[in-house]
Amino acid sequence: MANRSVVPFGPQHPVLPEPIHLDLVLEDEKVVEAVPKIGYVHRGLEKLVQKRDFNDFVYIAERTCGICSFMHGMGYVEAMERIFNVDIPGRAKYLRTIWCEMSRIHSHLLWLGLLADGFGFEALFYQCWRMREQVLDMFEEATGGRVIFSVNKIGGVLKDMPAEMLDKFVKNFNYLELQLKDITEVFLKDYTVESRLRGVGILSKEDAITLGAAGPMMRASGIKIDTRSLGYAAYEDIDFEIITSNECDSYARCEVRIKEIFQSIDIIRQAVSKIPDGELSVAIKGNPNGEAFARMEQPRGEAIYYCRANGTKFLERMRIRTPTFTNLTPMLHTLKGAELADVPLLILTIDPCISCTER
Amino acid sequence: MAKVAKSPWLLHYDGSSCNGCDIEVLACLTPIYDVERFGIINTGNPKHADILLITGGINTQNKAVVEQLYSQMPDPKVVCAVGICACNGGVFKDCYNIIGGVDNVIPVDVYVPGCAARPNAIIDGVVKALGVLEEKREKMKAERGKTN
Repeated sequence: MANRSVVPFGPQHPVLPEPIHLDLVLEDEKVVEAVPKIGYVHRGLEKLVQKRDFNDFVYIAERTCGICSFMHGMGYVEAMERIFNVDIPGRAKYLRTIWCEMSRIHSHLLWLGLLADGFGFEALFYQCWRMREQVLDMFEEATGGRVIFSVNKIGGVLKDMPAEMLDKFVKNFNYLELQLKDITEVFLKDYTVESRLRGVGILSKEDAITLGAAGPMMRASGIKIDTRSLGYAAYEDIDFEIITSNECDSYARCEVRIKEIFQSIDIIRQAVSKIPDGELSVAIKGNPNGEAFARMEQPRGEAIYYCRANGTKFLERMRIRTPTFTNLTPMLHTLKGAELADVPLLILTIDPCISCTER
Repeated sequence: MAKVAKSPWLLHYDGSSCNGCDIEVLACLTPIYDVERFGIINTGNPKHADILLITGGINTQNKAVVEQLYSQMPDPKVVCAVGICACNGGVFKDCYNIIGGVDNVIPVDVYVPGCAARPNAIIDGVVKALGVLEEKREKMKAERGKTN
């Protein structure tokens, strides 16, 4: 038997923008086991519900993570709207849907860039992030913020997008789609990219089910689940096919995410063509009492929000289950048997968001 | 700052930030803002770095990591706290696991406000940090002159 050695990986590491620590047990260059240690970003955010009132907490919920910030805020307000038993206006639902999909596009482009950086393709990394800036510019125009833009409130949304702005955004997305087609060629057909992604980090369908994978990681293993099909916000009025792949490797995860960007652009077009006129929010009265769940498809997978209120202005408990947390076990599974040089890439393929996970 | 004479390298560490400031730090390096045109490179190695950019507040778990990274950087070095959480804890100040801003653990030279800090603000902070770095370098030179 070859000698075993333990290589520490992280918490500060060039390919990881966020801190996570892994102890990699190696036999020569092969990883035998990976032992994670998390908690570097733990703040204790959920406990803050007892110190901030339920309206203020929207801003804390948004700061669970800066990448899917809009959706975290939205998950919290949807759970609270269920406690208050209010139905929000149609226009607010559509605006939320559009912002959700814009968040997904920017998050996936960010991930594609990091992946390209992970396998050493700097020019591709820059192209992805250049395209991502176009989405951020639209966010800034519509809401005033680039990454954290606080437009949710319990009962609706705070800002409107006029019809001219929506038309302009559709044009911008049409242009973005053209640029995206160019980089899709590189990601899916370039032989150097394929050589790094094909057959690396296999997660079979059975393993994905038993280990509880979520989001694109799960869909790349051939499981057809997408929380958006539950029809929260305006998704029940929108046609879309769940994107899956049966190849189960890193290439499949990349392919699923790229196709999801095209799908998101299509959802935005549909939403803009169907958006109704009307109010942006309904008033809520009194303090919340009761408990509720909300589920949401984030760029990284399904997230669950739970709120329990006791009739005062402070909630008793707020809990988020985030997709990266459930994806950590499948990731450790894919690391076993991988080569040390592939480890950063495999960590990236789950699209880790440590800040959501540790809160 | 009349001109940038040297190529300062950055080390970026995510304290306990929400990612908002981190992706803005990365956005500074990409084509739209592009600080690499000034010779500023994001390095992963503390021993290569002149400027330490920290986002997010300090918690009990990452305190030792931040101290260690700071001690590994060669002198002269500048610390730049990016975002309100790194400055004083921000919205998470009241969380049970947050000790506070970065200055609780290591000396901070430049504070960049914002939630999330905008790339323009971060670049401004880095330019200020370059001035501080130059001062520290001069001071070190003077002290070396005394001992020789």
